[in-house]
Amino acid sequence: MAKEIVEFAEGTDRLVLVGIHRRGPELSGRLARMIEAEEGVSIPRGTLDITLYRDDVGTIGPRPVVGATHLPENIDGKCVVIVDDVLHTGRTIRAALDEVADFGRPARIGLAALIDRGGRELPIQADIVGKAVRSGAGDRVDVFLQEVDGRDAVELVRGEGGGGR
Amino acid sequence: MRPVLIRGGRVIDPSQGYDAVSDLLVVDGRIAGLGQGLGAPDGAEVVDARGKVVSPGLIDLHVHLREPGREDVETVATGARAAAAGGFTAVCPMPNTDPVTDNQAAVGFIVKQAQAAGAARVYPIAAVSMGQKGQQLSEFGELVGAGAVAVSDDGHPVASSHLMRMALSYARTFDIPVADHCEDPTLKGNGVMHEGLVSTRLGLCGIPAAAEEIMVARNLLLADLTGGHIHLCHMSTRGSVELIRRAKDKGVRVTAEVTPHHLTLTHEACEGYNTNAKMNPPLREAADVAALRAGLKDGTIDVIATDHAPHHYDAKEREFDDAPFGIVGLETALGLGLTELVQGGVLTLPELIDRMSAAPARVFQLPGGSLQRGAPGDVVIVDPEARWRVDPSTFLSKSRNTPYDGRELRGLVDRTIVAGLTVFRGKAC
Amino acid sequence: MTERFLGKDLLCLEPLTADQIRFILDTAEPFKEVSERTIKKVPTLRGKTIVNLFFEASTRTRISFEFAEKRLSADTVNVAASGSSVEKGETLVDTARNLEAMRIDMVVMRHPSSGAAQFLADRIRSNVVNAGDGTHEHPTQGLLDLLTLRDKFGRIEGLKVCICGDILHSRVARSNIWGLLKLGAQVAVCGPVSLLPLGIEDLGVTVFRRIEDAIQWADALNVLRIQLERMHAGFLPSLREYNRVFGVTVERLEKAPRDLVILHPGPMNRGVEIDSRVADGPHSVILGQVTNGVAVRMAVLYLLAGGRPEMAEAAKGRSGEASE
Repeated sequence: MAKEIVEFAEGTDRLVLVGIHRRGPELSGRLARMIEAEEGVSIPRGTLDITLYRDDVGTIGPRPVVGATHLPENIDGKCVVIVDDVLHTGRTIRAALDEVADFGRPARIGLAALIDRGGRELPIQADIVGKAVRSGAGDRVDVFLQEVDGRDAVELVRGEGGGGR
Repeated sequence: MRPVLIRGGRVIDPSQGYDAVSDLLVVDGRIAGLGQGLGAPDGAEVVDARGKVVSPGLIDLHVHLREPGREDVETVATGARAAAAGGFTAVCPMPNTDPVTDNQAAVGFIVKQAQAAGAARVYPIAAVSMGQKGQQLSEFGELVGAGAVAVSDDGHPVASSHLMRMALSYARTFDIPVADHCEDPTLKGNGVMHEGLVSTRLGLCGIPAAAEEIMVARNLLLADLTGGHIHLCHMSTRGSVELIRRAKDKGVRVTAEVTPHHLTLTHEACEGYNTNAKMNPPLREAADVAALRAGLKDGTIDVIATDHAPHHYDAKEREFDDAPFGIVGLETALGLGLTELVQGGVLTLPELIDRMSAAPARVFQLPGGSLQRGAPGDVVIVDPEARWRVDPSTFLSKSRNTPYDGRELRGLVDRTIVAGLTVFRGKAC
Repeated sequence: MTERFLGKDLLCLEPLTADQIRFILDTAEPFKEVSERTIKKVPTLRGKTIVNLFFEASTRTRISFEFAEKRLSADTVNVAASGSSVEKGETLVDTARNLEAMRIDMVVMRHPSSGAAQFLADRIRSNVVNAGDGTHEHPTQGLLDLLTLRDKFGRIEGLKVCICGDILHSRVARSNIWGLLKLGAQVAVCGPVSLLPLGIEDLGVTVFRRIEDAIQWADALNVLRIQLERMHAGFLPSLREYNRVFGVTVERLEKAPRDLVILHPGPMNRGVEIDSRVADGPHSVILGQVTNGVAVRMAVLYLLAGGRPEMAEAAKGRSGEASE
């Protein structure tokens, strides 16, 4: 994935990695280290919390936790690659696109997702995918990371009646 | 008029220390006989009172009937009917009407309205000062001649000590009491509830106990000075009770009343900004309630009087600061007395009845409050065990402002008789 | 859990738990960042209608709420009404019903009568935020004071905070007292005894009669404004005397054993309760309070507008995306 990201950005000059909160930042951290090891350049990184940009404030639940958002000083003209653990309906990415737009005008925005589980509700695609997985509406796809959960794993749990497609 | 024979009830007449199961006979509007196995005269209506309590009709020395001026919230007629429903055969309405009851025509009007209503008797209280302005004495002689039984500026205190002294002295001529709403206006200020921990938490302006006690002390000194009869309305603090006790020990001519709400609620009832707990004097602390109960028991406080104060629903449906003071009380007084005071072990049943019938009659020198032969045929029959729930929508009063909505009480009026005529029948349980 | 975490309204701090208060403060943190962006807006409350119903003149609180609302992309309407129901002619009940009929989502209300916010909240389905009711409470001010203290000290527990001034008539004092006590601070009040409410010690608060004693004891002072009306109503003889006896001055602070942090809800009477050199000095966090005010109010509006748990569950099931 790290290689594909560098290809996508046509080099590391303008590359900025932005992880979407909960596991995105940790993934983008690993990717940045890999790219740094390979290319010898330090990649600017940011984190995004999209809770405030969701299209459904009425469903945020009784105890929403809003995480921190930090973006590098200036993202104008840069190639911003958004990093997320699971791409599913695409709504999180739509919210992330809105939020990035409030910070500036990148030359290009791309999406790197560790897992693409299908089930899009919006016309959104990932430019870089770790692995594509087929899943049904009732299934759960969870990513576990050493930094957050103490182990590295991806689990697909079939729901009842969900039945794989 | 048919004679009425009330048979087999527990007859309690504190005026003669009577408490026994027996029969009571009312003929030509007066008590004609009391004893076991009375015979029914020809044509008598026989009322079966077995399992019930039979006592002199209750007398409320302090009500507001709002007529003339605020007939939208109560009239003499609706108030008299509400009184009868509560077991009262006589009430004394305060003169803070609009216009103020400070002349013989006004007093006469109220008497006439009451006669037309044909429910509880109404003995008006007239104003101490013209217009209740606290400056010039009203014409006590004329007022008494028209039917007034006492004078008061209630609603307001008599702020001027000089005026109170003159009133107490002048009232001696007519042998009537001066009833005062004891409150220092500058200490009351903009207060809307008792000054204490609850008012601090709710951020409401408080009225300290001292506001009442200052005027109680003043009134007692003036009664002592003049030899007049001072009647202290709606006492609410333990300090007041103590002052009255000492004054009575000294022989000062003082009588005092307490309301059912000051005997059963504290300032905590104001939580949530409940405007039906807003009254003046305000509800106070548990220690005050305890002292008032003890005072009622030992006779320091002579009577229970409701200070029945009807207000419109819209008026109470307001921010606490803006809501008017006062609650209705005629139709819940007896139930509260029986449930909280008698069952609560504070008073015996004869003591409760005394504080609500014999004592009021004695304090204002009214006929009634007794079942001795020749006394007015004013009787109340009570079912002391009947359980009921307070539902303001069923009140006979025009107004509904009570904090006791939904309260379970025991003890219900079965029948109220005034001058030998039944003026109220309770629903059979 | 079938209840919203904060309930329908924010009326006062007294009934909240420490957990709830901390949660609001934590939620305010990301909103601080929003106010630092170039585009100071998030779309979170887009399409929500919020009415600022102010029955008392107030520029700063209203503006603070307005910024909070607009930065959340809500539509705001300001209504400046005069005084109490009795003066106005339209009762608060009717005002409430009219707002409900217009399908307002949220109401932020300031009113001169204690209990007015609860009165309104009991009668309309919209969320109600109390921006100050009489002398009862001003919960968002209490919260932003807590946040500012937390920013400065890193904690509230064990902090010694003294509120100075007219406690009797202060809704800010009451909200602060509740908030601080619940989060474990030690709380004191200091002012003329004629301006201290009865029973204040029973709330768990120490009373200092002299400002010098308070300064010796405290880590932070929250200095309240003294109003001219109090002098006219006989609660204290003059503002001049107040300053001489209770004023928070540079000279008095120099005698403190440590550097005291100074808060003030504003607007300040420079030279009465607080000296300019103190208000503008290095230990004053007064401007920080103002900044935090917008963030706290955004957090409160966000949390109240948020949904019912069953909707969150339904949303989770649909998209499978848990955003906590």
